[in-house]
Amino acid sequence: MRCGDVGVLVELATLEDVLSLHADLEARPVPGLVDLVPALETLLVRFDPDVATPEQVCQDIRSRSPERAQRQTGEVLTVPVRYDGEDLEAVSSLLGISVAETVRRHTGQVWTVAFAGFSPGFGYLVGDAGGLEVSRRASPRTRVPAGAVALAGEFTGVYPRESPGGWRIVGHTTLKAWDLHRDPPALLTPGTRVSFASVDSVA
Amino acid sequence: MLHAGPMATIQDLGRPGLARIGVGASGAADRGSLKLANRLVGNPEDAAAVEITVGDFSASPTRDLLMAVTGAPVPIWVDDRPEGCNAVLRVKAGQTLRVGFASAGVRSYLGVRGGIAVPAVLGSRSTDTMAHLGPAILEDGVRLPIGAPPTTYPTVDQAVIRRPTGARLRVIMGPRDDWFTAASRRALVTEPWTATAVGDRIGMRLAGPVLERVVSRELSSEGVVRGALQVPPGGHPTLMLADHPVTGGYPVIAVVVDADIDRAANIRPGDTLFFEETRKQVLT
Repeated sequence: MRCGDVGVLVELATLEDVLSLHADLEARPVPGLVDLVPALETLLVRFDPDVATPEQVCQDIRSRSPERAQRQTGEVLTVPVRYDGEDLEAVSSLLGISVAETVRRHTGQVWTVAFAGFSPGFGYLVGDAGGLEVSRRASPRTRVPAGAVALAGEFTGVYPRESPGGWRIVGHTTLKAWDLHRDPPALLTPGTRVSFASVDSVA
Repeated sequence: MLHAGPMATIQDLGRPGLARIGVGASGAADRGSLKLANRLVGNPEDAAAVEITVGDFSASPTRDLLMAVTGAPVPIWVDDRPEGCNAVLRVKAGQTLRVGFASAGVRSYLGVRGGIAVPAVLGSRSTDTMAHLGPAILEDGVRLPIGAPPTTYPTVDQAVIRRPTGARLRVIMGPRDDWFTAASRRALVTEPWTATAVGDRIGMRLAGPVLERVVSRELSSEGVVRGALQVPPGGHPTLMLADHPVTGGYPVIAVVVDADIDRAANIRPGDTLFFEETRKQVLT
């Protein structure tokens, strides 16, 4: 699908398809490529309209058969979490389970960063087992601290910086999801696999 | 810098290519006027300049500098001497460059030979007002470092003044036009729209007919481009500008073509505008 004269929005069946095409286009960019914006079911390909037309970009993408970027086995980033979030009880009662079960489900599966958005370094993570789908808060908080670990929809995420936010906070981590003095500044980039580990205290 | 006016930021051509870490392109809202300001003072087109919003700005250099003001037309004085837009201005150390209120348009650019040399963040000196990246929004009294002059020299004294006229913007329908009723798709490109006061570098909300959807399910967040007309549940579109979020969860009914975005960034609250459907790529 066209996105003006500067982008093509590619609809894909699964997150794996998105990550595969993303990896393929990073390895072998289309002429004039400006940026790739992955999402859960789409990949936006932005290009320079002086170099390429949407038709050329579409044709190039259709001709590709990206190698399946399987969710890599091995390397899983562990995020230590103190499960003391303000919404932990509310999340558990929404799901009709105990607080301990909520923590068990959050720590008991491997999550994959599907895409980034909302603010720099904010990754949307999708779990491989599910079981934690909750709506956003009816009224967003005006201030959520950096390191807040939260749930919304089918996603979990770590607030990279203090910001407003409507996700339900289940815990906090000391891990910095965003640090401009680090290269790359974002920890949770598309395709990264993550597991959460419960800790009693985070210093 | 003596006076920042309603809103002034430092902008270059932004930091495209960082969506994977959730960082948008940002950069000058009117890229053509930024490039022109830089060309006039002999800079590379992507040097950093001051983006002034509806005028009302003043600055005084501590050494002799070449400057140029482009974009939204503003009255200009160097001390008491009236000067023109889109012209090379010689401002001596201690003199004051004053910029009055814009008579039309929104964004003017003050280019300085050597460029504004604040530290780059992720490859750009642009202030991203949504992501809070890059230099702070300018305040009265800040001192701005100026870079070393480039080896290239200005080639013209003055450029043709291109008045910003925003009235008609070309759009390409989609990617989610099929989420809207046929009547709403038609209304978008036939009815007049009014820019509301809810507008900044991130986007501009438009008033007009309510755009009604045929698909009521929620859209899974997806990538957004500058120029996208995103329609939240109320049915009033928002035109995405320089600091728009990388992804959005509302359907985009149409996208303004790249060549018309600089004009879109110069539409004032209360201005009437029309969208015109085009199917082809539009060349500048």
